[in-house]
Amino acid sequence: MIKKLFAAVLLVFMAVMLYQLYSNITEKSGLSEVARGYAERGASELGTQNIVTSIVVTYRGLDTLGEVSVLFIAATGVAVLLRRRKEDEPAVTSAKRQSSEILQTGTRLLTPIIVMFGVYIFVNGHLSPGGGFQGGAVIASAVLLLFLSDTNYKINHGLFNIIESFSGAFYVLIGILGILLFGANHFLDNRILPLGDFGTILSAGAIPVIYSLVGLKVGTELASIIDNMKKD
Amino acid sequence: MELQHGIIILMGLAMILSSILAMVIKDLISSVIAVGVVSLFASIIYLLLQAPDVAMTEAAIGAGLSTLIFLYALHKTKDAEEEND
Repeated sequence: MIKKLFAAVLLVFMAVMLYQLYSNITEKSGLSEVARGYAERGASELGTQNIVTSIVVTYRGLDTLGEVSVLFIAATGVAVLLRRRKEDEPAVTSAKRQSSEILQTGTRLLTPIIVMFGVYIFVNGHLSPGGGFQGGAVIASAVLLLFLSDTNYKINHGLFNIIESFSGAFYVLIGILGILLFGANHFLDNRILPLGDFGTILSAGAIPVIYSLVGLKVGTELASIIDNMKKD
Repeated sequence: MELQHGIIILMGLAMILSSILAMVIKDLISSVIAVGVVSLFASIIYLLLQAPDVAMTEAAIGAGLSTLIFLYALHKTKDAEEEND
């Protein structure tokens, strides 16, 4: 009874708060000052066709570094908590049920296409929507499909660790290169490479390189999270 | 424009409905799927509101990967329960 009363009071509080937020909404006729600054300067200054990318990678590069670190810590935490000890490794892996023929054939057909789509998303991050995080997640879902279709599938941990570590390290090095070349507040400046022609794939300076590194890092990290969750 | 507003409101109602479903349903697997459906509708709403970058993340992470991680976690807890019985 007390519990239900408490829940009801909490709900009323939430409703009042949300209503006040809702009643204060007014439709904006233009961009706010910060948004206008980004929208006007993004294309000419950094050469990116997708303004979101210019904000995520360069203007707010430190935030992205924070996001990458959060994901890295999460992946490490899952690996530490769910690690399998060598001695109690079960020997009954053959008892698992095989997945269906449809899933196996579909996986064989779709996996290369999904991986290619993921690479497309992060290589074209400066031109079209999406980028390193989205492309990495798509690649991880291809790995997930492999796990589902073959119950004994194992990822190459050594290779994944090398890719993850190198892309993370190079990402930070590129960021620091910006500081060395342009001064203290230019972390992850993409103008360390020539800007190129606007709208082509090799444009926007270092952004395709940065997003490729982020994509590889996120993809391998999410894949190893899934791998750790799957082990039993 | 009016049609789009209607679609967004409909999607929002569907989100509320499936999140209530996720809480009420006794079967945990169906409940996890309902949570995934909430994310799927959210990603469509993001797309309609001109935020394709966010929509892609929501669809890949929210509707795809996290649903499966929930399912793996559910599988593990079920195994432990059976062992204790």
